[in-house]
Amino acid sequence: MIPCTPVESYDDAPEFLRVEGVRHRFGDREVLRGVNIDVRRGEVFGLLGPNGSGKSTLLAVLAGTLPMQDGKLFLDGRPVKAGDRSLREKIGVVFQSPALDPKLTARQNLQLAGYIQGLSGAVARRRTEKHLELVDLADRADEPVEHFSGGMKRKLDIARAMLHEPELLLLDEPTAGLDEAAFRTTWQRLDAVREGRELTVLLTTHRPDEGERCHRLAVISSGATEVVDTPRALKRRLSGDLVVVTAADREEICRAVRERFSLACTVEDGEVLIECEKGHELVPRLVEAFPAGRLESVALRHPNLADVFFKITGRQLDEENGFAEAAR
Amino acid sequence: MSLAPRHEFGIVRAMWWRDMLRLKKERSRWLGVLLQPLLFWFVIGSGMGGVFQMPGAGGVSYLEFFYPGVLVMVVLFTTIFATISVVEDRQMGFLQAVVVAPGSRASMVLGKIAGVTTLVLIQSVLFLFLAPMAGYSFGAIAWVSLFVVLVLGSVGLTAVGFFMAWTFNSTQGYHAVMSVVLIPLWIVSGAMFPMRSSWLGVVAAINPMSYIVSGIRHALAPAKAAFHGAGMGVSLSALVGFAVVSVALASWAARKGS
Repeated sequence: MIPCTPVESYDDAPEFLRVEGVRHRFGDREVLRGVNIDVRRGEVFGLLGPNGSGKSTLLAVLAGTLPMQDGKLFLDGRPVKAGDRSLREKIGVVFQSPALDPKLTARQNLQLAGYIQGLSGAVARRRTEKHLELVDLADRADEPVEHFSGGMKRKLDIARAMLHEPELLLLDEPTAGLDEAAFRTTWQRLDAVREGRELTVLLTTHRPDEGERCHRLAVISSGATEVVDTPRALKRRLSGDLVVVTAADREEICRAVRERFSLACTVEDGEVLIECEKGHELVPRLVEAFPAGRLESVALRHPNLADVFFKITGRQLDEENGFAEAAR
Repeated sequence: MSLAPRHEFGIVRAMWWRDMLRLKKERSRWLGVLLQPLLFWFVIGSGMGGVFQMPGAGGVSYLEFFYPGVLVMVVLFTTIFATISVVEDRQMGFLQAVVVAPGSRASMVLGKIAGVTTLVLIQSVLFLFLAPMAGYSFGAIAWVSLFVVLVLGSVGLTAVGFFMAWTFNSTQGYHAVMSVVLIPLWIVSGAMFPMRSSWLGVVAAINPMSYIVSGIRHALAPAKAAFHGAGMGVSLSALVGFAVVSVALASWAARKGS
């Protein structure tokens, strides 16, 4: 799949949401150990981290479903309490599991969402039709949601969260469990609902391809912010290309690469990863350097955000961190 | 925290309307909830009919005596089945959207109570069509009093169910409390037999369900005072207290819980 890195820049956009030193603890376990982020108005900001890194807990604190035990929040530069009505009026939240009634139809679910947000009956009905069109579900509007696929439920849930036209959309793992086609459709619909309005999006993800779609990312590991930057700048932390080698004696190959070529080399997910500026020049030299049979395959690829995450934290993006994620 | 009427009303409206839509979608399920007490009344009522004698109550048959108790069972089962879904709804369903909305959690509780109480009234009306078979004539029933008792009882029991679902946060926990507390409380409410021994009298006096039973007995047969239990004034006062305390408890739990 071709990653879709956003072309817009929000470098000059005003700060919309600032999170300072947010901490949260479940019993003895400190799940958030001081998270600091600043989200600019209109951008798509991602929290990138493996399951259990605390990113969903942070979203739950911002949404007000968990209390903020320590730290500060600022909205448009003004201090605000987590879960305060002034904050809740401005946010829409998409949870990991859809906040929909499976027995009711798509149309009924959206109308109820309108009432929940305090819209009048006429406005709720009008916006329901508009959002059904926007997420491409108008022709399935009167079917019970339990008949929908995971991707369709996700699209409908995004429409639900957008019905009251919030300024900030919080998305908790918006494409978790979806296949590639549903992933693309979800993002197309998300782009469609952002079009023509100043909607700020804060999402959590452990998918590198989803991280690529964010304007900026905070790398979250073990409940703390490691670094905040654009996906492009983060990938520049790795030099040039990645040469990926599969072999039986991976550790030995890695040691030999370090000694002979003076290059950074790691073993990750059963593969030897070698960082270098010009990968295409290294590939033939590697094949020559190791006797026939020692290398099973040699491939060249550009580094992705999973590689960056490993470089920064020393951890895999798809590993479990062991924290109780959003124990709501 | 300040209240914005449109947000509060919106949540109450959404919760109530959702229960009405669900009723329409799941008519057979709700009919099942009604069928169980009906069978209970018919089987136990017929079986006990030959041996039941109530001193001072003249010719009151067991079917007649048991009917108000079974009506309370309809109320109890409806509130239980309607509130047990709160557990899953809160963790991974519809209620997730409600708790992050600008309205208060108390409105969420009130909306749920409004929805379930409407269901209770619909179920009760269906069951009341059988009242003449139990010996209660439609013309003799004090309808206003009856609906006031049903509404108060439903408000209290729904709030208790909501409190349990929110506090225990597991369907197993809810089932356990239902089996260990709610069903036994119904049995010792005077629904199945008169609470005439001294210790049962104490249990009945502190059991809110016994006031729903006595209130319904009064309303169904105002002239037959011998088997009413507590007086109508006492029953209504107790039920108002029960409803207020339960709603406060459920709202408090919803506000505290994540």
